[in-house]
Amino acid sequence: MSIETRTSIVWDYAPAPESADHVRLRDRYGVFIDGEFMDPAEGRYVPTINPATEEPIAEVGWASASDVGRAVEAARVAQARWAGLPGLERGKYLFRIARLIQERARELAVAETLDGGKPLRESRDVDIPLAAAHFFHYAGWADKLEYGVNAREVAPLGVVGQIVPWNFPLLMAAWKLAPALACGNTAILKPAETTPLTALMLGEIIQEAELPPGVVSILPGDGSAGATLVRAPGIDKIAFTGSTAVGRDIQAALAGRQVGLTLELGGKSANIIFEDAALDQAIEGIVNGIFFNQGHVCCAGSRLLIQESVQEEVIGKLWARMGRLRVGDPLDKNTDVGAINSAEQLERIETLVAAGEDEGASRRSIACELPERGYWFAPTLFTEVSPAHRIAVEEIFGPVVSVLTFRTQAEAIEKTNNSRYGLAAGIWTDKGSKAFEVARALQAGVVWQNTYNHFDPTAAFGGYKESGFGREGGPAGLRPYLRVVR
Amino acid sequence: MSDRLAVRKTYKLWIGGAFVRSESGRYDHATGAGGRTVNIPRASRKDVRDAVAAARKAAGPWAGRTAYNRGQILYRAAEALESNRERFEAAEVEASVDVLLHYAGWTDKLAPVLGGINPVAAPFLSFSLPEPTGVVGIVAPDAPPLLGLVAEVAPALAAGDVVVAVLSEAEPLAGLDLAEVLGVADVPGGVVNLLSGRRDELASALGAHRDLNAIVDAAGDTELAAKLDGLASETIKRTRHAAAATSYADAVDDALERLAAVTELKTAWHPVGA
Repeated sequence: MSIETRTSIVWDYAPAPESADHVRLRDRYGVFIDGEFMDPAEGRYVPTINPATEEPIAEVGWASASDVGRAVEAARVAQARWAGLPGLERGKYLFRIARLIQERARELAVAETLDGGKPLRESRDVDIPLAAAHFFHYAGWADKLEYGVNAREVAPLGVVGQIVPWNFPLLMAAWKLAPALACGNTAILKPAETTPLTALMLGEIIQEAELPPGVVSILPGDGSAGATLVRAPGIDKIAFTGSTAVGRDIQAALAGRQVGLTLELGGKSANIIFEDAALDQAIEGIVNGIFFNQGHVCCAGSRLLIQESVQEEVIGKLWARMGRLRVGDPLDKNTDVGAINSAEQLERIETLVAAGEDEGASRRSIACELPERGYWFAPTLFTEVSPAHRIAVEEIFGPVVSVLTFRTQAEAIEKTNNSRYGLAAGIWTDKGSKAFEVARALQAGVVWQNTYNHFDPTAAFGGYKESGFGREGGPAGLRPYLRVVR
Repeated sequence: MSDRLAVRKTYKLWIGGAFVRSESGRYDHATGAGGRTVNIPRASRKDVRDAVAAARKAAGPWAGRTAYNRGQILYRAAEALESNRERFEAAEVEASVDVLLHYAGWTDKLAPVLGGINPVAAPFLSFSLPEPTGVVGIVAPDAPPLLGLVAEVAPALAAGDVVVAVLSEAEPLAGLDLAEVLGVADVPGGVVNLLSGRRDELASALGAHRDLNAIVDAAGDTELAAKLDGLASETIKRTRHAAAATSYADAVDDALERLAAVTELKTAWHPVGA
């Protein structure tokens, strides 16, 4: 008797790259101050690099201290008139920005992917639409501020400095600018060193929307530009999203200066899988929780807490699902996991992963062909992780998930809260009463039930503990940008 | 001097997304551009019933859209009205655009402002959230014919309700023109239905309709108001009587009252604990 063997059919994906032809990029962008693009004061231009190819995309002017001074001056001059406009009219400017982002959505998505390495599917379906939605949402608040904070009279803070990270460049700029402007503040935005492009395109949009000069200035540069902005005289408030280490420096630098501050910092968020969860659905949530945007997400579900009774099943299914992740060209519409944002970040991930192996955790990385050039890291799963391991404690900010287990609900809560961070958490169970009970006990600013990494302009986002303070989104997002007069 | 002869417009009712003549075949006169007398449909009780039926059909899908989407459509309506401003009286159309814009911003803010979590003294997560009341009948004032109408329609749409409106009897053309503007603004068919004719006849038919959830009366006619109150009691309709909005401020200063009048509040209790 002969045994017939069938050759398995490999249904591979045909490449489906998004064209970048329609993206109108300049060769060189200056700093955006007082409504104009201009050469940086010290004349320094630095190329911004595509992390998937290591090729330069455009040259970007880096701001120095005197640029910060010029921007603050322009913002101060513009502020009184901006705040003096009726809220409805300020709102109209924000509606314009929202519409222009929508009109240029595909171009912005491609630019975001080129500059940051994230899959086009994400920049197209998440980053850019949400950025427009944030402007829409806060445009509608501009003439309703008193309703938003239950006050009879409110006033803006003045000039705000806003420093955003490289993981969601345009979206974070929108989170910062939209509420600040709606409340009548003027703003100076410092985009991240490695991802300034879409912020500069936003500068073009701001020109097109005919915002009064000085209402928004955009100052690219490295950490030193941010540090200068934080310390600049004439700033009334700083809003920062980034690492806890830098957040701590900023808080210390502002000590005793009566400058407002909100911080949205790191996390080591737990995704808790109970035995009564719909496991297949949970697997998708785990994958979305940690591999979305290469794990470059402050609220990434980087600690996976699985109830012991379903541990093997969940890990088996997760590993099988991870094997189907498509890693590679971020511009390809089928790509799930794109490029690591920078060489520096890749090194940080590699260091922590090596520490995980050294400390005795068991590492599995999926087999996938990685491009020769660019910065890449294969999606990685750690099991046999002890709660004291560095990979269970420190933020990796990469596509690496660490599995921990628990027996009881109380143990799950205790392990989740056993972190200096408290940004987000996920709960997977089919029992609503349990989900709400666990949610109540967690020290986390956002708790998702049977979903993960869901964002909306109407829903406040922010952290407990060393994940920062202050909220962005919804009416709560107005509070950091205004003062209740009475 | 051109010999070209102008093509005149036939004014029609707007019911279920379609521009229709009155089923009754009746007409009234109105004064159009240049003082020319034009014919407008004089809607009947049957037109009111058709409009309520069309509105009811549109109510579920409209309420089911996300608040964000409804806000986008109201914003689109503001854009469309702004680009048609030459068809209307200048100050009135500007105020009306701004009113649409203001209420476009309310769609996704109504829930946090009118609703909230109830800190009940028991292991439950209890929250109360506004929901649209359903089909809202609007009796527009005679003047201002556009702003007075938009000031009542916009909050109802923002709250997620659908509308059957009786237009200004004295100056119905602005309302009939508004139909053509909203008709190209992504407002789904049946969400807004606009009827011209005799106010007393149409308002009474609306007030008596058993499938109408609320009536907003801005006609400023005390006799009619009393009549509508009486009719409303039959099926416990929500009623609001308001003075005609004559400025942007009139239309938005009491925004929450306007929104709450066409809103229900639903309280949900969810157990907390294993």
